[in-house]
Amino acid sequence: MKVLNSILVLAAAFIAVFAEAVISGPRHLLGAQIDLLPALMIYAALNTNIVVVSLLAVFGGLWFDSLSANPLGLMILPLFAVGFPIFLQRELILREFPFAQVVLGGIASAVVPLLAVLMLLTAGQKPLLGWGSLWQWIVMTAGGALATPVFFTLFQWCEDALGYKPRTETSFRPDREIFRGRKKM
Amino acid sequence: MFKQKNYIALGIVALAAVLILSLPSSATARLKLALGSLFLPLFGLTGATQQLPSDLLNSVLPRRELLREIDNLRRQNQELQAQKLQDAATAMENDQLRGLLGWEKQQPWKFRLAHVVTRDPANWWRTVEIDLGSRDGMTANLPVLTTDGLVGRIWSVGYTRSQVILVGDPKCKVSALVEDPAQDTGILSASGPLDSSLADLTYLSGTADVKPGQTVVTSGIGGVFPKGIPLGQIVDAGPVDFGLYTQARVKLSANLGSLEDVLILTAQ
Repeated sequence: MKVLNSILVLAAAFIAVFAEAVISGPRHLLGAQIDLLPALMIYAALNTNIVVVSLLAVFGGLWFDSLSANPLGLMILPLFAVGFPIFLQRELILREFPFAQVVLGGIASAVVPLLAVLMLLTAGQKPLLGWGSLWQWIVMTAGGALATPVFFTLFQWCEDALGYKPRTETSFRPDREIFRGRKKM
Repeated sequence: MFKQKNYIALGIVALAAVLILSLPSSATARLKLALGSLFLPLFGLTGATQQLPSDLLNSVLPRRELLREIDNLRRQNQELQAQKLQDAATAMENDQLRGLLGWEKQQPWKFRLAHVVTRDPANWWRTVEIDLGSRDGMTANLPVLTTDGLVGRIWSVGYTRSQVILVGDPKCKVSALVEDPAQDTGILSASGPLDSSLADLTYLSGTADVKPGQTVVTSGIGGVFPKGIPLGQIVDAGPVDFGLYTQARVKLSANLGSLEDVLILTAQ
């Protein structure tokens, strides 16, 4: 199941990047495109291993940059910078609670674009920024926050549908069986 | 908590990011193309899905409706043929007059229709990808437009797809001319991240008398965009930098928010 889960996370990242590039609805309605990779990174950091977190940061970032005007490799570090600390602290996080998922998704979705823009400015690039960027940032944060519990539910559903459940031990023991009535001789 | 495995992962990811970011631009472009080509099956799937409703609609469209449409198209075709003849005569006259004045003959332009396949997933760029690439004769800096006006220019070219940088992106600056008596020129540049229908016309002279409603077209200066492509109309204008320059907001003619088909201007 671990392998299947890892493959599903990477497949979801691939489809999420494609959907962001093809679906223009949020851009028309809200003025900003919602980035789903930070939300996915939260799921990966809380439920998978460090290899999947690393692969998601590298491949998710590369796929995103390949469809964008970003320099290739730009999104790797912002995604990993969000996923890695959460992965390290995940034993202390109440990951089953939707509230925790929403908060973490919101924080990740706010931090990733900030780091990406900071890296762009550091590299001497001139991204399209202005007062409207504040609104876009709020939309991205809110969108990512709402998407996180959706990812958790979706992956749980996939796990239930595709994975096998371990056989539970029954309390029945033949040597402790009580026979009622008289034993036939 | 901080196991050796985690240290190794951190090191590998950081190293991979630094290595990829420091690759030369030619290698980066090739890698981008290779990664982008992974999405080709999904592009095909999306195209087929989008085509399905129109195919279904076509199969149930009444014959009378189709005949009426054919009739309309025939009439439109005849009108365009007549217009073409008139344009050819004008072009010939223009060439003759240019010859008399000793001016260089204007090169005719050819259009290629392209479909917009994706938009930039990042909110801080304004680019789209089209389904024509180097195999279709696309090269960098070719002007991209719709029948309404200028859209942008080709930024990078792949084998099957090209990235178009739109007017209003910081990387796409256009030398513009206001169609007023003084023929004021300025630079059309990015306005803001939210409204893609507006752009700023900067570096107009301090004495420029631009008024709302005046048409803005490409000036032809710079060599990338030919002269006379419509850009938009002036919305408002005012002095900037203590009256040293005039700056105006331009409502773009082309609807950049819902681009589906674009025309690429290629030299013949």
